[in-house]
Amino acid sequence: MKVVFELAGPLRQHAGGADAVEVDVPDGATVTDALDALARAHPAVERRVRDDEGRVRRHVNVFAGGELIRDAPDATALCPDARLVVLPAVSGGAEVVSVKKRAQRPF
Amino acid sequence: MATTALIGTTKGLFVLTGERGSAFAERGPLFPGENVDATLIDARRDARHPAWFVGSMSFHWGPTLRRSDDAGATWTEKDEAPVAFPEGAGASVARIWQLAPGPTDEPDVVYAGVEPAALFRSRDGGRSFQLVEGLWNHPHRPQWAPGGGGLCLHTILVDPRDPDALTVAISTGGVYRSDDGGATWRPSNSGIRAVFLPDPDVEFGQCVHKVGRDAADPDRFYLQHHWGVYRSDDAGATWQPHEAGLPSTFGMALVAHPRRSGTAWVIPLQSDEYRCTPEGHCRVYRTRDAGESWEALSDGLPQSDAHLTVLRDAFTSDGGDPAGLWFGTRSGEVYASFDEGDHWELIASHLPPVLSVRAAAG
Repeated sequence: MKVVFELAGPLRQHAGGADAVEVDVPDGATVTDALDALARAHPAVERRVRDDEGRVRRHVNVFAGGELIRDAPDATALCPDARLVVLPAVSGGAEVVSVKKRAQRPF
Repeated sequence: MATTALIGTTKGLFVLTGERGSAFAERGPLFPGENVDATLIDARRDARHPAWFVGSMSFHWGPTLRRSDDAGATWTEKDEAPVAFPEGAGASVARIWQLAPGPTDEPDVVYAGVEPAALFRSRDGGRSFQLVEGLWNHPHRPQWAPGGGGLCLHTILVDPRDPDALTVAISTGGVYRSDDGGATWRPSNSGIRAVFLPDPDVEFGQCVHKVGRDAADPDRFYLQHHWGVYRSDDAGATWQPHEAGLPSTFGMALVAHPRRSGTAWVIPLQSDEYRCTPEGHCRVYRTRDAGESWEALSDGLPQSDAHLTVLRDAFTSDGGDPAGLWFGTRSGEVYASFDEGDHWELIASHLPPVLSVRAAAG
């Protein structure tokens, strides 16, 4: 299935200017699986989201369906076409993306 | 003499270019918003067109390393993390604190010192780096502790006689040496008093701020400690205080002369509690007798109400003849001297806080 990462402004230069990138993951994949797929498809983006140990960086937030899941990527299952929003924790983005309108269950 | 200085700040990189005695042009910020902790101007392969390396850190997006081979017109940056701990190391690179050239005749060897304290080596001109596991696996490492700036490996010195003889310094961990290219390491702090510990005469744990190597005697080092300025004449095996004439033995920065033996400079700060130039005077101190005595150099530097802080890597020589000296302050000024410290000029001001300065005179 496909899931989509919506990228904060500073990340887009590392994805060829795209404001969102799609990755393929197996059915039932978690956010960690999606980040692993992001590392394969867009390593320059992924290394800015996670550190050397695979943890979401301290000042980066990842939302799924409007919920902050940065600390539970292994436990967060995704449905097809899920949209994951990556934002700087406090500031730094070129654009604030509304996450409320994309809420769904499961993410 | 055409000169370039790379000024790393808390908000990006600024490039100063010009001729000695003339105004310097300022370009920047490059990589705005990033902490530029480490730069390297590497002329080993091409003296006329040196490679520039920039190690920086975004508070959001982590550390990165860039290289330019055209004086900053274009930059290359790996997609994958350029300096990263291998899987299983249990650590992540927070900041690149130091970039240092390898041996002169091995221009593809570049070293990086990082936080948490670790040494990385590249054998392909900085395109990829590998952890020097001998130091990472040293049994002392769990006892190293972060100083005010973090647990950093900030000094990397390669013996010009032997590429396998490496000296590094860690805050706080102290000086460590290897004779086998980094496979094994031993602490090398005998005589450096850790006055901030109950037992100051410890084997390791010193808060070494910077080490410089004498230009002509590879076995002679100068060292700025958290408190204390030291010299070693036996490649770091033992250290003796050399502080006569200094207004304070606290400081961060130290530079050894690029060619003349016995000459080095420090910029004392008042104390660890008040890390500013003492008594409101900004003074650089020079020794010409290997630390036996130090003289104040103040011409052209502010001498009243000057409460400046110069960090450990914000002081450098441009390698010119006579040796040019450059330092940046946390209040955003850059000063330079083109006569080995006798006279100083304000080259730039109103920059963000300066973290690192490297310069090259052609």
